[in-house]
Amino acid sequence: MKYLCLVYSDEDRLHSQPDSPGDSECQAYAESVAGSGRMLAAEALQPVDTATTVRMRGGEMTITDGPFAETKEQLAGFYLVDAHNLDEALEIAADIPAARVGSVEVRPVRELQV
Amino acid sequence: MAVLNSETVQRRLEETYRDESRRVLATLIRLIGDFELAEEALHEAFAAALKQWPEEGIPDSPRAWLVSTGRFKAIDVIRRRRRHESAVDEIARELDEGGGDPADWADDRVGDDHLRLVFTCCHPSLSMDARVALTLREVCGLTTEEIASAFLSSSATLAQRIVRAKKKIRSAGIPYQVPGRRDLPERLDGVLPVIYLVFNEGYSASSGETLVRADLSREAIRLGRLLNQLLPNPEVQGLLALMLLNESRRRARTDDTGDLVLLEDQDRTLWDRQMIAEGVELVESALRSRGFGPYALQAAIAAIHAEAPSAAETDWTEIVGLYGVLRRLAPSPVIELNRAVAVAMRDGPAAGLELVEAILENGELGDYHLAHAARADLLRRMERYGEAEAAYRRAMELAQQGPEKKFLQKRLDQLQL
Repeated sequence: MKYLCLVYSDEDRLHSQPDSPGDSECQAYAESVAGSGRMLAAEALQPVDTATTVRMRGGEMTITDGPFAETKEQLAGFYLVDAHNLDEALEIAADIPAARVGSVEVRPVRELQV
Repeated sequence: MAVLNSETVQRRLEETYRDESRRVLATLIRLIGDFELAEEALHEAFAAALKQWPEEGIPDSPRAWLVSTGRFKAIDVIRRRRRHESAVDEIARELDEGGGDPADWADDRVGDDHLRLVFTCCHPSLSMDARVALTLREVCGLTTEEIASAFLSSSATLAQRIVRAKKKIRSAGIPYQVPGRRDLPERLDGVLPVIYLVFNEGYSASSGETLVRADLSREAIRLGRLLNQLLPNPEVQGLLALMLLNESRRRARTDDTGDLVLLEDQDRTLWDRQMIAEGVELVESALRSRGFGPYALQAAIAAIHAEAPSAAETDWTEIVGLYGVLRRLAPSPVIELNRAVAVAMRDGPAAGLELVEAILENGELGDYHLAHAARADLLRRMERYGEAEAAYRRAMELAQQGPEKKFLQKRLDQLQL
């Protein structure tokens, strides 16, 4: 099953805590997941003030600055993994270095019914 | 296999259903990988037994027969659905090819299946409410109506809760497995509170639903035994001991009119000595091993009460000490309160009152009726009757259950004599 692990964190604190991971640690973990053959994709994201939100309503496109909703914690990155089951996905999620300062939401991917 | 009269078969089948149906279900879930389909297969297997056993005799291993029959029924169902869902096709093929050795279905591996089912139903990604409902339904085999009535909820609500939980198990990919060593302690932390909650729901019985609720305590103890048998661990032992030691006092906890009787006033000859002996042995074994935790400590405290000839002759020093360890391990204001009451028994009401008032000032237990009742009781023992009365009244306002309100009213009446 595919799972998306969404890494959320307070952006102002993500890089400034004693437990905050550095980029090289994040890179090393991503490589170890890739090495286990369970990685589909993983990326870190730029802060939310770089976000642009697009909506289509009645054929009209509107573009607004910022994320679609203001939240206390922001999406900071993601892992898309292929795991046997939820427990395996949770194990991968628990070891994502940013989980020490933020939280990781693990969501199963829905296969489209086509 | 002798041909038997249908009455004998019927009785045997009922026994088998009671003793084996949950284990058969657990194995079917492992083989089939789907809750609903496994339940359907279970019912079809029993229906087949009802038809075939009177003619063909009772098989040597009813459990293995039921698993095998259930598995074939599931394959039938999957084949019938084939045109509608392509994904089930694969399951049917796997089932047909890799069903395993039927000899396995009668032996110890079935215990593992049962344990897997417990861990699936108590997975931390399910809400506590969902875990409790699912465990009672799938592991204990209670009907939705029975669970609903025990939790004073509607059948529709309960049924919906169970359906949602099963849907999450399937769509989130919650595995049907006993967690690995690394996750086991944390995952047990998800299972034990479910069992204890079921037990307490049956233990703090208010009259009226007494019957169904006592059943809940029995189910919880049965689950505790099962877990202890399959996964001996100090906290599992501790929880089972705690439940047995509490349950041993059931007959003494209420009087003939259903009113609550405090521990210190209970007729200790009514306590179930066999349960106490079993509980004490479990506590001792848990405390001897490393890795005991809050359940074993609470059980140890219950064991001291259970072995004391009277409230006055209880080893309060030991109890205060155990609460001290407990509050370091699992800090909570309720444990502080219990410790304060034990201190009052050891050093006198004034020492206890000082602690209780400090706890109340901290604020967290301000709305907890037992904190005010404890304070009232200490004031009464210090003969400060006016303040005691006010505290009992505050406790009465906050109490939820009928018997507790009644008990507090009785104390108030005694004050005014």
